Amino acid sequence: MRIRSRDLAFRLTTGAFALALASLVLAIGYELARQSGLSLQKFGLQFWRTSTWDPVAGEFGALPFIWGTLYSSVLALLIAAPVSLGIAVFVSELCPQRLRTPLVFLTELLAAIPSIVYGLWGIFVLVPAVRALETAMPAWLRVLPIFSGPPLGVGMLAAAVILAVMVIPFTSAIAREVLKTVPLAQREAAYALGATPFEAIRAALFYARTGIIGAVMLGFGRALGETMAVTMVIGNNPQVSASLFAPQYTMAAVLANEFTEAADELYLSALVEIGLVLFIITLIVNALSRLLIWSMASRTPGRVAA
Amino acid sequence: MTRDARRKLLSRLFVGACALAVLLALIPLAFVLFFVVSQGIQALSVTFFTHMPVPVGETGGGMLNSIVGTLILTGLAAAMAIPIGVISGIYMSEYPGTRFTSAVRFAADTLNGVPSIVIGVFAYGVAVLPFKQFSALAGGLALGIMMIPIIARTTEELLLLVPGAMREGALALGATRARAVFTVIVPSALPGIITGVVLALARVAGETAPLLFTSFNNRFFTSHLTQPISSITVQVFTYAISPYEDWHRQAWAGALVLVTFVLVCSLLARFATARVARLRGQ
Repeated sequence: MRIRSRDLAFRLTTGAFALALASLVLAIGYELARQSGLSLQKFGLQFWRTSTWDPVAGEFGALPFIWGTLYSSVLALLIAAPVSLGIAVFVSELCPQRLRTPLVFLTELLAAIPSIVYGLWGIFVLVPAVRALETAMPAWLRVLPIFSGPPLGVGMLAAAVILAVMVIPFTSAIAREVLKTVPLAQREAAYALGATPFEAIRAALFYARTGIIGAVMLGFGRALGETMAVTMVIGNNPQVSASLFAPQYTMAAVLANEFTEAADELYLSALVEIGLVLFIITLIVNALSRLLIWSMASRTPGRVAA
Repeated sequence: MTRDARRKLLSRLFVGACALAVLLALIPLAFVLFFVVSQGIQALSVTFFTHMPVPVGETGGGMLNSIVGTLILTGLAAAMAIPIGVISGIYMSEYPGTRFTSAVRFAADTLNGVPSIVIGVFAYGVAVLPFKQFSALAGGLALGIMMIPIIARTTEELLLLVPGAMREGALALGATRARAVFTVIVPSALPGIITGVVLALARVAGETAPLLFTSFNNRFFTSHLTQPISSITVQVFTYAISPYEDWHRQAWAGALVLVTFVLVCSLLARFATARVARLRGQ
């Protein structure tokens, strides 16, 4: 009896800490919603449909920021998704056993380098390289809308490249985990039928498709919220442009740059609203991708994909 | 070309493309490391660790205040995150399969995915705005929130690896749940948990975004927790976007210190996990 009541006390005490963890997410949502009340009330949906950002005049339109965040993340994903999948396949299926551990370690290292270091490298190495590339681009290509504008170096292209570099280790690590859940028997069966490595791996990838989509989405969530490196290379100019050369802005970057300057309540509230929406978007993207990965992991090994 | 030859060729191309993907990812790693080391080493000296920043125009000086600031901030974060993270992890591993545990696990994963800048905005709202003062405490809070889910999930995963027979043995000897956990289960997973904590520390030590408007920055040396405090990352950011050559050199040196710290932590973690795996294999 005494043991049981002590066990209950143990469960309640540790449970209280777990509850504290869980309620942090709610607390963040609540606090952001509270602080952005002024802006939500004043602008409503108009906030996300207009593109004038003029703190002095008290006009706040956040369209360029959400555009820049989505555009840079999608571009980054277009580069990162195939590369990450290639790495995951190479490391888990193709490479010699001896190479596996060092390769995993190197990709982990890529993920461990702080964002600010990528940003520093971006400013002094990547941006000049991108500028040279932009300058070298032939004139007949420059008429295309995605290559319009002066070759500044800073802008959407540099941001997409640096985001891709930062997302690759993350996505490839999860894709690797997902590939591990594909039953070995499936590959062996494919090889026994005379399949080439490509055909066997294609079947494995098809089997793991939900988890792989989840891994890519999780990378997308990372890219959406990435702040420092992007802030340092994207050019910080609030405009909606399809051009890869154009300096643009993201939601995270505007928070990083302007939060300490927000002198009046409306300005601060508008910035917090950007944070709130960034929070909600990443929450949805993360929840969806976790569900996909979990549904993949819970599938019992050995069962044939329907 | 026959059908088989085409299949084989396609397969070779695919294998080649995958190998190329690995190279593509390693090129930026090599580039970043090369520039950080080659640029950073020029500006790095003993002075960097022992001296304060000098005014614009003077060469030399160091980042003493920022280094101490980063230590204080990560210390505050650890003091907050280790108890909450480890105990939540214990709860999740002791009571798996309950709906509350699933909810906590989901919350931890969600919290892990919240952009660090958003956590900064939250910390600003609860720890800066009410006191109208940037402070080390606010920065530590932001970093601590980022550490909690990492520590909780690592602890949970490692405790679940402890063989069930050990728990059952302790309980059969009449130990309470708490005693079984703290004298048998946790100690056997301790190296792994410490590894998780070290990795979490390494991750938050490199964070800039959540500090920009919580601990802010400070040109002067301070150890007051209610004052704005400098950190290596924010200082590197300030220097990087400045127009001065000297400051750029300092930024590279700061980056080198950060990368070295992260690298050492990852290597330590790798050795620790290798040792745990070896012990387990026996």
